[in-house]
Amino acid sequence: MPDGNQLIACHECDLLQREVALPEGGVARCARCGGILFRSHPQGLERALAFTLAALVLFIISNTFPIVGLEVNGDLIQATLLGTVHMLYRDGMWIVAGLVMFTTVLAPLAHILGMLYILAPLRFGRRPPNSAALIRVLTEVKYWGMVEVFVLGVLVSLVKLADLAKIVPGIALWSFAGLMILFTAATVAFDQRQVWQKLGEVA
Amino acid sequence: MSAVTAASRGLSACHGCGLLTQTGHHHATHCPRCGAGVHARKPDSIARTWAFLIAAMIMYIPANVLPIMITESLFGAQADTIMSGVAYLWHHGSWHLALIVFIASVAVPMLKIMALIVLVVSVQFRSAWDPLQRTKLYRVVELVGKWSMLDIYVVALMVALVQLKALATISAGPGAVAFGAVVVLTMFAAMSFDPRLIWDATENNDG
Repeated sequence: MPDGNQLIACHECDLLQREVALPEGGVARCARCGGILFRSHPQGLERALAFTLAALVLFIISNTFPIVGLEVNGDLIQATLLGTVHMLYRDGMWIVAGLVMFTTVLAPLAHILGMLYILAPLRFGRRPPNSAALIRVLTEVKYWGMVEVFVLGVLVSLVKLADLAKIVPGIALWSFAGLMILFTAATVAFDQRQVWQKLGEVA
Repeated sequence: MSAVTAASRGLSACHGCGLLTQTGHHHATHCPRCGAGVHARKPDSIARTWAFLIAAMIMYIPANVLPIMITESLFGAQADTIMSGVAYLWHHGSWHLALIVFIASVAVPMLKIMALIVLVVSVQFRSAWDPLQRTKLYRVVELVGKWSMLDIYVVALMVALVQLKALATISAGPGAVAFGAVVVLTMFAAMSFDPRLIWDATENNDG
Protein backbone atom coordinates (compact mmCIF):
# COMPACT_ATOMS: atom_id res chain seq x y z
CA MET A 1 0.00 0.00 0.00
CA PRO A 2 1.39 3.43 -0.88
CA ASP A 3 2.20 5.82 1.90
CA GLY A 4 -0.87 7.98 2.48
CA ASN A 5 1.19 11.01 3.40
CA GLN A 6 2.54 11.52 -0.10
CA LEU A 7 -0.72 10.91 -1.87
CA ILE A 8 -3.62 13.24 -2.23
CA ALA A 9 -7.09 12.63 -3.65
CA CYS A 10 -8.82 15.37 -5.60
CA HIS A 11 -11.88 16.40 -3.61
CA GLU A 12 -13.86 16.95 -6.80
CA CYS A 13 -13.05 13.87 -8.89
CA ASP A 14 -11.25 11.55 -6.44
CA LEU A 15 -8.20 11.08 -8.69
CA LEU A 16 -5.25 9.83 -6.67
CA GLN A 17 -2.12 11.88 -7.19
CA ARG A 18 1.33 12.28 -5.73
CA GLU A 19 1.95 15.54 -3.90
CA VAL A 20 4.53 17.80 -5.50
CA ALA A 21 6.71 20.54 -4.08
CA LEU A 22 5.38 23.96 -5.05
CA PRO A 23 7.16 27.24 -5.69
CA GLU A 24 6.13 30.06 -3.35
CA GLY A 25 2.60 31.18 -4.07
CA GLY A 26 2.06 28.26 -6.45
CA VAL A 27 -1.13 26.26 -6.88
CA ALA A 28 -1.35 22.50 -7.37
CA ARG A 29 -4.25 21.52 -9.60
CA CYS A 30 -5.81 18.15 -10.29
CA ALA A 31 -4.45 16.61 -13.51
CA ARG A 32 -7.91 15.38 -14.52
CA CYS A 33 -10.51 17.96 -13.55
CA GLY A 34 -8.41 21.05 -12.79
CA GLY A 35 -9.73 21.37 -9.22
CA ILE A 36 -7.39 23.03 -6.75
CA LEU A 37 -5.54 20.42 -4.70
CA PHE A 38 -3.54 22.77 -2.50
CA ARG A 39 -1.67 26.07 -2.57
CA SER A 40 1.60 27.27 -1.22
CA HIS A 41 1.23 30.39 0.89
CA PRO A 42 4.48 31.98 1.95
CA GLN A 43 4.07 32.73 5.69
CA GLY A 44 0.42 31.86 5.15
CA LEU A 45 -0.54 31.41 8.78
CA GLU A 46 1.25 34.56 9.93
CA ARG A 47 -0.70 36.52 7.37
CA ALA A 48 -3.92 34.74 8.23
CA LEU A 49 -3.47 35.76 11.88
CA ALA A 50 -2.83 39.39 10.95
CA PHE A 51 -5.84 39.54 8.63
CA THR A 52 -8.05 37.81 11.19
CA LEU A 53 -7.13 40.25 13.97
CA ALA A 54 -7.78 43.22 11.69
CA ALA A 55 -11.07 41.66 10.56
CA LEU A 56 -12.16 41.27 14.18
CA VAL A 57 -11.59 44.98 14.86
CA LEU A 58 -13.58 45.95 11.77
CA PHE A 59 -16.29 43.46 12.65
CA ILE A 60 -16.83 45.16 16.00
CA ILE A 61 -16.94 48.62 14.38
CA SER A 62 -19.29 47.37 11.66
CA ASN A 63 -21.76 46.08 14.20
CA THR A 64 -21.77 48.98 16.62
CA PHE A 65 -21.98 51.99 14.31
CA PRO A 66 -24.83 52.84 11.92
CA ILE A 67 -24.48 51.73 8.31
CA VAL A 68 -26.65 54.40 6.72
CA GLY A 69 -28.91 57.19 7.83
CA LEU A 70 -31.89 58.77 6.14
CA GLU A 71 -32.52 62.46 6.63
CA VAL A 72 -36.16 63.50 6.33
CA ASN A 73 -37.42 66.94 7.42
CA GLY A 74 -34.39 67.40 9.65
CA ASP A 75 -34.86 64.03 11.35
CA LEU A 76 -32.16 61.44 11.01
CA ILE A 77 -33.12 57.76 10.95
CA GLN A 78 -30.14 55.47 11.23
CA ALA A 79 -29.85 51.74 10.78
CA THR A 80 -27.33 49.42 12.36
CA LEU A 81 -27.11 45.81 11.33
CA LEU A 82 -28.51 44.55 14.62
CA GLY A 83 -31.21 47.22 14.50
CA THR A 84 -32.20 45.94 11.08
CA VAL A 85 -32.48 42.40 12.40
CA HIS A 86 -34.54 43.64 15.34
CA MET A 87 -36.90 45.54 13.04
CA LEU A 88 -37.54 42.42 10.93
CA TYR A 89 -38.14 40.40 14.07
CA ARG A 90 -40.61 42.98 15.38
CA ASP A 91 -42.51 42.81 12.09
CA GLY A 92 -43.03 39.10 12.66
CA MET A 93 -40.46 38.16 10.01
CA TRP A 94 -38.40 36.12 12.42
CA ILE A 95 -37.26 33.64 9.76
CA VAL A 96 -35.85 36.42 7.60
CA ALA A 97 -34.44 38.12 10.71
CA GLY A 98 -32.73 34.88 11.72
CA LEU A 99 -31.33 34.37 8.23
CA VAL A 100 -29.86 37.88 8.12
CA MET A 101 -28.51 37.54 11.66
CA PHE A 102 -26.89 34.19 10.93
CA THR A 103 -25.31 35.04 7.58
CA THR A 104 -24.00 38.53 8.41
CA VAL A 105 -23.31 38.40 12.15
CA LEU A 106 -23.13 34.92 13.68
CA ALA A 107 -21.41 32.97 10.90
CA PRO A 108 -18.72 35.60 10.20
CA LEU A 109 -18.13 36.10 13.95
CA ALA A 110 -17.83 32.36 14.58
CA HIS A 111 -15.49 32.12 11.60
CA ILE A 112 -13.25 34.97 12.79
CA LEU A 113 -13.14 33.79 16.42
CA GLY A 114 -12.53 30.20 15.33
CA MET A 115 -9.58 31.14 13.14
CA LEU A 116 -8.18 33.28 15.94
CA TYR A 117 -8.54 30.45 18.45
CA ILE A 118 -6.47 28.18 16.19
CA LEU A 119 -3.95 30.66 14.83
CA ALA A 120 -2.99 32.64 17.94
CA PRO A 121 -1.72 29.67 20.05
CA LEU A 122 -0.06 28.12 16.97
CA ARG A 123 1.87 31.34 16.46
CA PHE A 124 3.49 30.72 19.86
CA GLY A 125 3.99 27.03 19.28
CA ARG A 126 1.05 25.79 21.34
CA ARG A 127 -1.67 23.42 20.31
CA PRO A 128 -5.15 24.77 21.06
CA PRO A 129 -7.38 22.12 22.70
CA ASN A 130 -10.20 20.62 20.61
CA SER A 131 -8.72 22.14 17.46
CA ALA A 132 -9.80 19.20 15.28
CA ALA A 133 -13.48 19.58 16.14
CA LEU A 134 -13.26 23.34 15.68
CA ILE A 135 -11.67 23.11 12.24
CA ARG A 136 -14.52 20.82 11.25
CA VAL A 137 -17.03 23.44 12.35
CA LEU A 138 -15.09 26.13 10.48
CA THR A 139 -15.35 24.29 7.16
CA GLU A 140 -19.16 24.23 7.58
CA VAL A 141 -19.49 27.82 8.78
CA LYS A 142 -17.42 29.09 5.86
CA TYR A 143 -20.29 28.60 3.43
CA TRP A 144 -22.72 30.74 5.37
CA GLY A 145 -20.84 33.97 5.95
CA MET A 146 -22.13 36.48 3.38
CA VAL A 147 -20.53 39.80 4.28
CA GLU A 148 -19.65 40.53 0.65
CA VAL A 149 -23.23 39.97 -0.52
CA PHE A 150 -24.47 42.22 2.28
CA VAL A 151 -22.16 45.04 1.16
CA LEU A 152 -23.65 44.83 -2.34
CA GLY A 153 -27.11 44.82 -0.75
CA VAL A 154 -26.28 48.06 1.06
CA LEU A 155 -25.26 49.68 -2.23
CA VAL A 156 -28.45 48.60 -3.97
CA SER A 157 -30.64 49.95 -1.15
CA LEU A 158 -28.75 53.26 -1.22
CA VAL A 159 -29.71 53.72 -4.86
CA LYS A 160 -33.32 52.77 -4.13
CA LEU A 161 -33.52 55.25 -1.27
CA ALA A 162 -31.74 58.09 -3.05
CA ASP A 163 -35.04 59.32 -4.54
CA LEU A 164 -36.80 59.28 -1.22
CA ALA A 165 -34.57 61.25 1.10
CA LYS A 166 -31.09 62.52 1.75
CA ILE A 167 -28.72 59.69 2.52
CA VAL A 168 -26.07 59.98 5.21
CA PRO A 169 -23.43 57.25 4.97
CA GLY A 170 -22.47 55.85 8.38
CA ILE A 171 -19.13 54.68 9.75
CA ALA A 172 -20.14 51.04 9.43
CA LEU A 173 -20.63 51.46 5.68
CA TRP A 174 -16.89 51.99 5.24
CA SER A 175 -15.86 49.46 7.85
CA PHE A 176 -18.07 46.83 6.20
CA ALA A 177 -16.26 47.37 2.90
CA GLY A 178 -12.94 46.91 4.73
CA LEU A 179 -14.25 43.90 6.62
CA MET A 180 -15.26 42.27 3.35
CA ILE A 181 -11.71 42.57 1.99
CA LEU A 182 -9.88 41.54 5.18
CA PHE A 183 -12.25 38.66 5.90
CA THR A 184 -11.76 37.28 2.39
CA ALA A 185 -7.99 37.68 2.69
CA ALA A 186 -8.00 35.88 6.06
CA THR A 187 -10.13 33.03 4.72
CA VAL A 188 -7.82 32.53 1.73
CA ALA A 189 -4.68 32.67 3.88
CA PHE A 190 -6.09 30.22 6.45
CA ASP A 191 -4.75 27.19 4.64
CA GLN A 192 -6.04 24.01 6.24
CA ARG A 193 -3.13 21.98 4.96
CA GLN A 194 -0.66 24.24 6.70
CA VAL A 195 -2.77 24.33 9.85
CA TRP A 196 -2.75 20.53 10.04
CA GLN A 197 0.97 20.44 9.33
CA LYS A 198 1.66 22.95 12.10
CA LEU A 199 -0.69 21.18 14.50
CA GLY A 200 1.25 17.99 13.81
CA GLU A 201 4.55 19.71 14.56
CA VAL A 202 3.53 21.16 17.91
CA ALA A 203 1.67 18.09 19.12
CA MET B 1 -8.53 4.35 -19.98
CA SER B 2 -9.03 3.86 -16.30
CA ALA B 3 -7.84 6.49 -13.87
CA VAL B 4 -6.67 5.53 -10.41
CA THR B 5 -9.08 7.03 -7.92
CA ALA B 6 -8.78 6.94 -4.18
CA ALA B 7 -11.97 4.87 -3.98
CA SER B 8 -10.59 2.23 -6.36
CA ARG B 9 -7.67 1.73 -3.96
CA GLY B 10 -9.87 1.46 -0.91
CA LEU B 11 -8.93 4.94 0.26
CA SER B 12 -11.23 7.79 1.19
CA ALA B 13 -10.37 11.45 1.46
CA CYS B 14 -11.81 13.05 4.59
CA HIS B 15 -14.40 15.75 3.74
CA GLY B 16 -13.18 17.84 6.60
CA CYS B 17 -9.40 17.80 6.33
CA GLY B 18 -8.58 15.87 3.15
CA LEU B 19 -6.53 13.16 4.84
CA LEU B 20 -6.58 9.84 3.02
CA THR B 21 -7.77 6.94 5.12
CA GLN B 22 -8.12 3.27 4.39
CA THR B 23 -11.79 2.38 4.43
CA GLY B 24 -13.62 -0.90 4.17
CA HIS B 25 -16.44 -1.60 1.78
CA HIS B 26 -19.40 0.37 3.00
CA HIS B 27 -18.35 0.95 6.55
CA ALA B 28 -18.13 4.53 7.61
CA THR B 29 -15.19 5.17 9.88
CA HIS B 30 -13.86 8.30 11.44
CA CYS B 31 -10.91 10.34 10.28
CA PRO B 32 -7.90 9.70 12.55
CA ARG B 33 -6.78 13.31 12.22
CA CYS B 34 -9.90 15.45 12.54
CA GLY B 35 -12.53 12.97 13.72
CA ALA B 36 -15.05 13.64 10.95
CA GLY B 37 -17.02 10.72 9.56
CA VAL B 38 -15.24 9.35 6.48
CA HIS B 39 -17.19 8.21 3.44
CA ALA B 40 -15.87 7.34 0.00
CA ARG B 41 -18.70 9.48 -1.43
CA LYS B 42 -21.11 11.86 0.24
CA PRO B 43 -23.83 9.63 1.74
CA ASP B 44 -27.13 9.48 -0.21
CA SER B 45 -25.88 12.29 -2.39
CA ILE B 46 -28.44 11.89 -5.18
CA ALA B 47 -31.48 11.43 -2.94
CA ARG B 48 -30.56 14.36 -0.74
CA THR B 49 -29.82 16.65 -3.67
CA TRP B 50 -33.21 15.79 -5.21
CA ALA B 51 -35.00 16.40 -1.93
CA PHE B 52 -33.51 19.88 -1.54
CA LEU B 53 -34.03 20.64 -5.24
CA ILE B 54 -37.72 19.72 -5.22
CA ALA B 55 -38.29 21.75 -2.07
CA ALA B 56 -36.46 24.70 -3.69
CA MET B 57 -38.58 24.44 -6.84
CA ILE B 58 -41.78 24.49 -4.78
CA MET B 59 -40.64 27.54 -2.83
CA TYR B 60 -39.52 29.27 -6.03
CA ILE B 61 -43.16 29.91 -6.97
CA PRO B 62 -44.28 31.87 -3.87
CA ALA B 63 -40.86 33.56 -3.83
CA ASN B 64 -41.64 35.15 -7.19
CA VAL B 65 -45.40 35.59 -6.93
CA LEU B 66 -45.82 36.90 -3.38
CA PRO B 67 -44.66 40.42 -2.46
CA ILE B 68 -41.29 40.62 -0.76
CA MET B 69 -41.76 44.22 0.31
CA ILE B 70 -44.85 46.25 1.21
CA THR B 71 -44.74 50.05 1.16
CA GLU B 72 -47.48 51.91 3.00
CA SER B 73 -47.69 55.61 2.34
CA LEU B 74 -50.20 58.46 2.16
CA PHE B 75 -51.14 57.22 -1.28
CA GLY B 76 -52.00 53.73 -0.11
CA ALA B 77 -50.17 50.42 0.06
CA GLN B 78 -47.94 49.08 -2.65
CA ALA B 79 -46.73 45.49 -2.76
CA ASP B 80 -43.48 44.73 -4.58
CA THR B 81 -42.43 41.38 -5.92
CA ILE B 82 -38.85 40.65 -6.92
CA MET B 83 -39.58 41.43 -10.56
CA SER B 84 -41.35 44.71 -9.84
CA GLY B 85 -38.36 45.71 -7.71
CA VAL B 86 -36.11 45.10 -10.70
CA ALA B 87 -38.48 47.10 -12.90
CA TYR B 88 -38.41 49.97 -10.40
CA LEU B 89 -34.61 50.10 -10.48
CA TRP B 90 -34.67 49.94 -14.26
CA HIS B 91 -36.96 52.96 -14.54
CA HIS B 92 -35.88 55.11 -11.61
CA GLY B 93 -32.40 54.11 -10.56
CA SER B 94 -29.84 52.76 -12.88
CA TRP B 95 -30.02 49.96 -15.39
CA HIS B 96 -26.79 48.35 -14.19
CA LEU B 97 -28.15 47.87 -10.66
CA ALA B 98 -31.36 46.50 -12.15
CA LEU B 99 -29.21 44.05 -14.05
CA ILE B 100 -27.28 43.02 -10.91
CA VAL B 101 -30.48 42.45 -8.93
CA PHE B 102 -32.06 40.58 -11.85
CA ILE B 103 -29.04 38.30 -12.17
CA ALA B 104 -28.71 37.70 -8.42
CA SER B 105 -32.40 37.26 -7.60
CA VAL B 106 -34.05 35.87 -10.71
CA ALA B 107 -31.48 34.35 -13.05
CA VAL B 108 -29.10 32.76 -10.52
CA PRO B 109 -31.66 30.77 -8.48
CA MET B 110 -33.35 29.48 -11.63
CA LEU B 111 -30.13 28.61 -13.46
CA LYS B 112 -28.79 27.02 -10.29
CA ILE B 113 -31.81 24.75 -9.95
CA MET B 114 -31.60 23.85 -13.65
CA ALA B 115 -27.86 23.20 -13.52
CA LEU B 116 -28.22 20.92 -10.49
CA ILE B 117 -31.03 19.00 -12.20
CA VAL B 118 -28.77 18.47 -15.23
CA LEU B 119 -25.95 17.29 -12.94
CA VAL B 120 -28.07 14.88 -10.88
CA VAL B 121 -29.89 13.43 -13.88
CA SER B 122 -26.64 12.94 -15.80
CA VAL B 123 -25.16 11.11 -12.80
CA GLN B 124 -28.27 8.95 -12.39
CA PHE B 125 -28.08 7.87 -16.03
CA ARG B 126 -24.34 7.31 -15.61
CA SER B 127 -23.72 9.66 -18.52
CA ALA B 128 -20.14 9.87 -19.74
CA TRP B 129 -20.77 13.22 -21.40
CA ASP B 130 -17.91 15.65 -20.87
CA PRO B 131 -17.19 15.20 -17.15
CA LEU B 132 -14.80 18.15 -17.16
CA GLN B 133 -17.50 20.57 -18.29
CA ARG B 134 -19.93 19.20 -15.74
CA THR B 135 -17.37 19.58 -12.94
CA LYS B 136 -16.83 23.19 -13.99
CA LEU B 137 -20.59 23.73 -14.01
CA TYR B 138 -20.73 22.43 -10.44
CA ARG B 139 -17.94 24.78 -9.38
CA VAL B 140 -19.85 27.77 -10.77
CA VAL B 141 -23.05 26.66 -9.01
CA GLU B 142 -21.19 26.45 -5.69
CA LEU B 143 -19.57 29.84 -6.21
CA VAL B 144 -22.59 31.94 -7.14
CA GLY B 145 -25.10 30.46 -4.71
CA LYS B 146 -24.82 32.93 -1.87
CA TRP B 147 -25.20 36.02 -4.08
CA SER B 148 -28.93 35.40 -4.31
CA MET B 149 -29.23 36.62 -0.73
CA LEU B 150 -28.83 40.12 -2.14
CA ASP B 151 -32.55 40.91 -2.25
CA ILE B 152 -33.09 39.74 1.31
CA TYR B 153 -30.51 42.25 2.53
CA VAL B 154 -32.01 45.03 0.42
CA VAL B 155 -35.46 44.38 1.89
CA ALA B 156 -34.02 44.21 5.41
CA LEU B 157 -32.31 47.59 5.08
CA MET B 158 -35.34 49.25 3.49
CA VAL B 159 -37.51 47.99 6.36
CA ALA B 160 -35.08 49.39 8.92
CA LEU B 161 -34.69 52.78 7.28
CA VAL B 162 -38.08 53.66 5.87
CA GLN B 163 -40.08 54.12 9.07
CA LEU B 164 -41.28 57.64 8.44
CA LYS B 165 -44.42 57.46 10.56
CA ALA B 166 -46.80 59.71 8.62
CA LEU B 167 -45.06 59.58 5.25
CA ALA B 168 -44.22 55.99 4.51
CA THR B 169 -43.33 52.70 6.15
CA ILE B 170 -41.90 49.61 4.54
CA SER B 171 -42.32 46.09 5.85
CA ALA B 172 -41.14 42.72 4.57
CA GLY B 173 -43.68 40.57 2.72
CA PRO B 174 -44.25 36.80 2.80
CA GLY B 175 -42.33 36.44 -0.47
CA ALA B 176 -39.14 37.27 1.42
CA VAL B 177 -39.50 34.15 3.57
CA ALA B 178 -40.03 31.96 0.51
CA PHE B 179 -37.16 33.61 -1.29
CA GLY B 180 -34.80 33.10 1.66
CA ALA B 181 -35.88 29.46 1.71
CA VAL B 182 -35.02 29.06 -2.00
CA VAL B 183 -31.51 30.43 -1.41
CA VAL B 184 -30.86 28.20 1.59
CA LEU B 185 -32.40 25.09 -0.03
CA THR B 186 -30.37 25.48 -3.24
CA MET B 187 -27.22 25.94 -1.17
CA PHE B 188 -27.99 22.71 0.69
CA ALA B 189 -28.71 20.99 -2.64
CA ALA B 190 -25.33 22.07 -4.03
CA MET B 191 -23.56 20.90 -0.85
CA SER B 192 -25.28 17.51 -0.98
CA PHE B 193 -24.20 16.82 -4.53
CA ASP B 194 -20.92 14.94 -4.84
CA PRO B 195 -19.00 15.91 -8.02
CA ARG B 196 -16.96 12.72 -7.77
CA LEU B 197 -20.08 10.83 -8.89
CA ILE B 198 -19.68 12.54 -12.28
CA TRP B 199 -16.30 10.87 -12.68
CA ASP B 200 -17.36 7.51 -11.27
CA ALA B 201 -19.63 7.02 -14.29
CA THR B 202 -16.64 7.36 -16.64
CA GLU B 203 -15.03 4.32 -15.04
CA ASN B 204 -17.25 1.44 -16.04
CA ASN B 205 -15.04 -1.23 -14.57
CA ASP B 206 -15.68 -0.72 -10.90
CA GLY B 207 -17.89 -3.10 -9.01
